[in-house]
Amino acid sequence: MKHHRVLRVAAKLLIPFILLFALYVQFHGDFGPGGGFQAGVIFAAAFILYGLIFGLENARKVAPPALVTRLVALGLLLYAGVGYGGLLRGGNYLDYGVLLENSVAGQHLGILLIEFGVGTTVAATMISIFFLFAGRDT
Amino acid sequence: MGATAIVVLRLRSLFAVVMLSGIYSFLAASMFVALDAVDVAFTEAAVGAGISTVLMLATLALTGSRERIPVHTPPLPLLVVLVTGAALIYATFDMPAFGDPAAPANLHVAPRYLGDSGHEIGIPNVVTSVLASYRGYDTLGEVTVIFTAGVAVMLLLGGRRGQDAGRKRGDDDAGDAV
Repeated sequence: MKHHRVLRVAAKLLIPFILLFALYVQFHGDFGPGGGFQAGVIFAAAFILYGLIFGLENARKVAPPALVTRLVALGLLLYAGVGYGGLLRGGNYLDYGVLLENSVAGQHLGILLIEFGVGTTVAATMISIFFLFAGRDT
Repeated sequence: MGATAIVVLRLRSLFAVVMLSGIYSFLAASMFVALDAVDVAFTEAAVGAGISTVLMLATLALTGSRERIPVHTPPLPLLVVLVTGAALIYATFDMPAFGDPAAPANLHVAPRYLGDSGHEIGIPNVVTSVLASYRGYDTLGEVTVIFTAGVAVMLLLGGRRGQDAGRKRGDDDAGDAV
C-alpha cells in the first residue's frame, strides 16, 4: 500500500494521535474508562497501521522484533515484580497498600505500575503476533 | 446484531465475512455502552473490531478469500446447536432480572467494593480498583494468558532456529506443494 498517497498522508496524521490517545487511556484509567488492556491494544494498533501502510520492513525498523519479544515478558515481570515488592515491604503478595508510607498513595503507585505492565505485555504481544502473521508471505 | 450473524453464516466471500464480524463487534460494543459497561465496550471495540479484523485480514492474505461450498448439509450439528441453544434460553428463566438489586451478584462482595473503594483505594473508577487491586490475582492471570498466547504464536509461526531448521523447512515446502 506504499503507493496510496491519501492513505500515507492520513496515516502520518493519525498515528501520533493514536499513540497519544493510547497513553491517555493508559494513565487515565484510574479516572475514566480504560486501562492497560485497552491502551495496549490501541498502542499496538498505531504500529500495525504503520506496518500496513509503510510496509513490514519499515515497521520492523521502528519496533525491532527482538525488543518487542522482550517487552512481552518484561510487562508480565513488572506486574509480578510489584507483587513481590509488596512481599518485601512486609505485606501480602500484590498488596499495594504497603508500597508507600501512605496506604492510599501506595495503592495508586501499585495500580499505575501494574497497569503499565499490562499495557506493555498486551501491546508487545499484539505487535509481535501481527509481525508473525504479516511476515508469512508464502 | 442477529441480522449480521445470519448474513455471516450465509455469505461465502470471506472478505465480507471479516468486515461483517467487525461490524458485529461494533454493535456489541454499543450494546455494552447501553448497558453502562463502558470498560467492556472499550475492549470490545479495540480488540474485537480493531485488532481481530486486521489479524483475520492478514490471514486471508495467506489463504483464499472464498469459502468452499459444503457438499452436504449435516443434520446432527444443527440438532446439537438447537438443543444447546434451547437449554441456554431455558436457563435464562432462572436468572434474576437485569439490574435487580437483590440479585446474588449484587449482594456478595459488590457492596463492599463500592462502599470501601473510595477511602481504601482512592481512585474514582471502581472498575479499575476492582480489576487492579481487589482482584489483582485475576488480572495477573489474565496477563499471563496473553503472554502465553503470544509465546505460543511465536513458537508456531516464529523463525525456526537450531539444527533441524533446514529439515523442517523442507517439510513445509513439500506440504505447500500438495
